[in-house]
Amino acid sequence: MSEKKATRVAYGEALVELGKDNDKIVVLDADLASATMTNMFRKAFPDRHFEVGIAEANLVTIANGMSTMGLIPFASTFAVFAGRCFEQIRNSVCYPHNNVKLAFTHAGLTVGEDGGSHQAIEDVALMRVLPGMTVICPADANETLKAVKAAVEIDGPVYLRLARLPTAVFEDMPFTVGKGHVMREGKDGVIFTYGTMVEVSLDAAKLLSEKGMEVAVINMATIKPLDEDIINTYAAKCGKVFTVEEHNVIGGLGDAVGSVLAGRGTFVFKKIGVEDRFGQSGKPMDVLREYGLCADQVAEQILAAK
Amino acid sequence: MTIQQLEATCKQVRRDIINMTADAGSGHPGGSLSATEILVALYFEKMNVDPQNPKAPQRDRLVMSKGHATPGLYAVLGRRGFFSPDLFPTFRQIHSPLQGHPDMKKCPGVDASTGSLGQGASIAAGMALGAKHMGNPCHVYALLGDGECQEGLIWEASMAATHYKLDNLTFILDHNGLQIDGSNSEVMCLGDIHAKFEAFGFRVIAVDDGNDITKVLDALNQPAAEGKPTCIICRTVKGKGISFMENQSGWHGKAPNNEQREQALKELEA
Repeated sequence: MSEKKATRVAYGEALVELGKDNDKIVVLDADLASATMTNMFRKAFPDRHFEVGIAEANLVTIANGMSTMGLIPFASTFAVFAGRCFEQIRNSVCYPHNNVKLAFTHAGLTVGEDGGSHQAIEDVALMRVLPGMTVICPADANETLKAVKAAVEIDGPVYLRLARLPTAVFEDMPFTVGKGHVMREGKDGVIFTYGTMVEVSLDAAKLLSEKGMEVAVINMATIKPLDEDIINTYAAKCGKVFTVEEHNVIGGLGDAVGSVLAGRGTFVFKKIGVEDRFGQSGKPMDVLREYGLCADQVAEQILAAK
Repeated sequence: MTIQQLEATCKQVRRDIINMTADAGSGHPGGSLSATEILVALYFEKMNVDPQNPKAPQRDRLVMSKGHATPGLYAVLGRRGFFSPDLFPTFRQIHSPLQGHPDMKKCPGVDASTGSLGQGASIAAGMALGAKHMGNPCHVYALLGDGECQEGLIWEASMAATHYKLDNLTFILDHNGLQIDGSNSEVMCLGDIHAKFEAFGFRVIAVDDGNDITKVLDALNQPAAEGKPTCIICRTVKGKGISFMENQSGWHGKAPNNEQREQALKELEA
């Protein structure tokens, strides 16, 4: 592992790299370009970056209008505002299946100090219920570059969930839309996870291994369409199924995995995430600890699951 | 077309609106009838469109922001040749391209999927911005309802339209004064709507009778104001042309029964 990097930074870099070869890529912001890191794109291609001001509903709807002209707009703001422009995303973008990319940053509790009003714990739930929406949450900088590339190639709406907190950069991080990726093999249990929680889950798996429990860790970067095959295969093989996410346990990957497995056998199944509460201010790691999402806490919950 | 031909087309469109809503047993005749002259003026005179090539990149666009007025839109698109008027009786029926609200992926000639009020203005602003960016010479029109101007997104879009100097964008306000729960002023007063658009930086053109196609065309034919979007405010009559529907908010979203259909069609023959 090399130096840590936030996926939002990798997103900014990816836009600049992809923007060089594809002049249809345009970027829109609602006064947060220096936080969503699209300011890198703005610097490189000033005439392809558009500010709409502090107006998130207008952000996604203008982007939608631009997509109908043949452009590939990336609209960026904070993930917590996914709810604010939800109905525009539903009716203007997803209903006609238009080619709009929503790359929303500062998702989850690891926003930290800004507190519960700014920590999106429901955006995955909102986005995955929309027909035709692809939902991707990359775990590291390398996967982010691949995810942004994939988003450009998809002809339709894509939601990219990105983080503010710098996290580990993995040397090998293959990415294919709709495929889970095995980060660690195991036979005694399996963790399905994504985003910032991939690193946490791998650390938890190490702790569990020291106690004699070998747990597989699978990166489900694409939350929709969901890789049902890998879920069925590893659930059957491991018997104990866990989901770990920086999101409400209601409506996130946990519920998606649970829906796949419902009626398919008898498994130990536990959703690990935010237990239906809002976040709060604190240093990112202090907030994660308060909500039980540090590696040792995840390992404990897995050991205790029956 | 001559003015007489355009007026005859308006009459045909009104018959289509009555038949379409009566056949479907649902739909929105009131706001379709108020917007008839505006839609006919756009599609039969003003807009650069080719029904044989409805996706031509440089065509002019119309975003039907008041998306519920589909009977009027479909009547005009059908009579203009985007699809056969034989489809009119399928309006609002299962598998029809003529959905209750406009669907750009199902119906030829529909430039944007709309129906959720406020969004069409913003979609149109995005189209006009995209067109400018790409050097596409097309003009983008958005047909707005007056009740719709109570949506905040109309004003977010208006601010952006001025900021980006979108002189390739024209909002047309079908100002019939009525909405579902009553008059605009009873439900949520629009205040001085002319002054509001002007304050947002639009060149505003007032049309005192938006059901007079000559006056609508005169407004549409004014050259673009350089560096400014235009808003044409057309004073119209909801339910125009049908005596018992005129100025009645109750005909916003109600279909005529067969007896009312016959009476309406009789009035349209005269």
